[in-house]
Amino acid sequence: MARSDVQLMLDVKAGDEQSFTLLLHRYRSPLVNFLYRMVRNREQAEDLAQEVFLRVYRAREDYVPSAKFTTWLFRIATNLALNSVRDTRYQRMEISLDAPVTVDAEEGEEKTLDVAEKNPNIEQHLVEETRKKMIHHAIEKLPEKQRAAVLLHKYQELDYGEISKILQCSESALKSLLFRAYETLRVELAPLVAQHGK
Amino acid sequence: MGSSSQGQKGKKVMSCSRMENKILGYADGRLKESERLEVEKHLATCVSCRLRVNEFRAVSSLLDELPVIEPSPAFDLRVHARVAAEPVKQSWWAWFPAPRVAIAAAMLLLATVWVGTRPNPAPQIAQDDIPVLENLDVLSNFDVLTELPQPVQADDGGQTNPQM
Repeated sequence: MARSDVQLMLDVKAGDEQSFTLLLHRYRSPLVNFLYRMVRNREQAEDLAQEVFLRVYRAREDYVPSAKFTTWLFRIATNLALNSVRDTRYQRMEISLDAPVTVDAEEGEEKTLDVAEKNPNIEQHLVEETRKKMIHHAIEKLPEKQRAAVLLHKYQELDYGEISKILQCSESALKSLLFRAYETLRVELAPLVAQHGK
Repeated sequence: MGSSSQGQKGKKVMSCSRMENKILGYADGRLKESERLEVEKHLATCVSCRLRVNEFRAVSSLLDELPVIEPSPAFDLRVHARVAAEPVKQSWWAWFPAPRVAIAAAMLLLATVWVGTRPNPAPQIAQDDIPVLENLDVLSNFDVLTELPQPVQADDGGQTNPQM
């Protein structure tokens, strides 16, 4: 039976380096994806994810399982992401949201998933690319805290209690935050939403 | 859209507004049973909220379309390298020397304290070490000393007047 996150962390605290590797394997992909969707830069996302694991390792001796491990992990990740986004806000403002830099990155990643192979029709492939760009940009346009709330809710499938602890707000405030975020997404993605309903 | 129809009746606005915090939970099936029934009761009579639920579900499905990226192959190595580069955290016990050294140091300290606090005995002077006292009466009656010339004295003019 697989050890729980908390048990693994307690084993890390006791000096078991192998347990740290298990936690790394368990959470590297969710963390990198979360951070990538937050900062929209793969290299930066990986650097931040490494920093998260480093902070977990540094804190091992003081670790007390007072909350779920994921709450703690994503709280570190969210704080790092929010700081990073705020630090680079002015730089990002200079770059158009439609700049080809991020678009190229997305294209590169989607090629690895063999989208073209699934969709041999190039026109269909381009339509799908455009859809994904629209979705990426709609998420990117959300205020940072709303973006973090949507990503934690949608992709990490954390419950409201956990997300509210991560974002340090009440559950009621979180629900309001998520509602506003989905309202914005609904408007931004209106053409796709309309297609979806057909 | 839902927002335009919400303003038509005061009671409906309140009801739709109260639904705001529950619509997303309903759309993704995270509500408790009692809350779900409450929302469904409202949705049965509110077209705009029903539309909103469908739109939120559509948004949620669109978010599912984003690809999942994989960390680069060097990711683990980088994390392990950064962990290995961490300075070894020493507890305050580490500042203490090895037991053998500590015991030796403690014994030395005790010995120093013991020596330092010992009462100082009165010095015992041996008779052989005081020959001058032995011949004191000889020295006090030593004639040669009385025959020595008087010491030189200065007069008023500052000139010397030796007496021989």
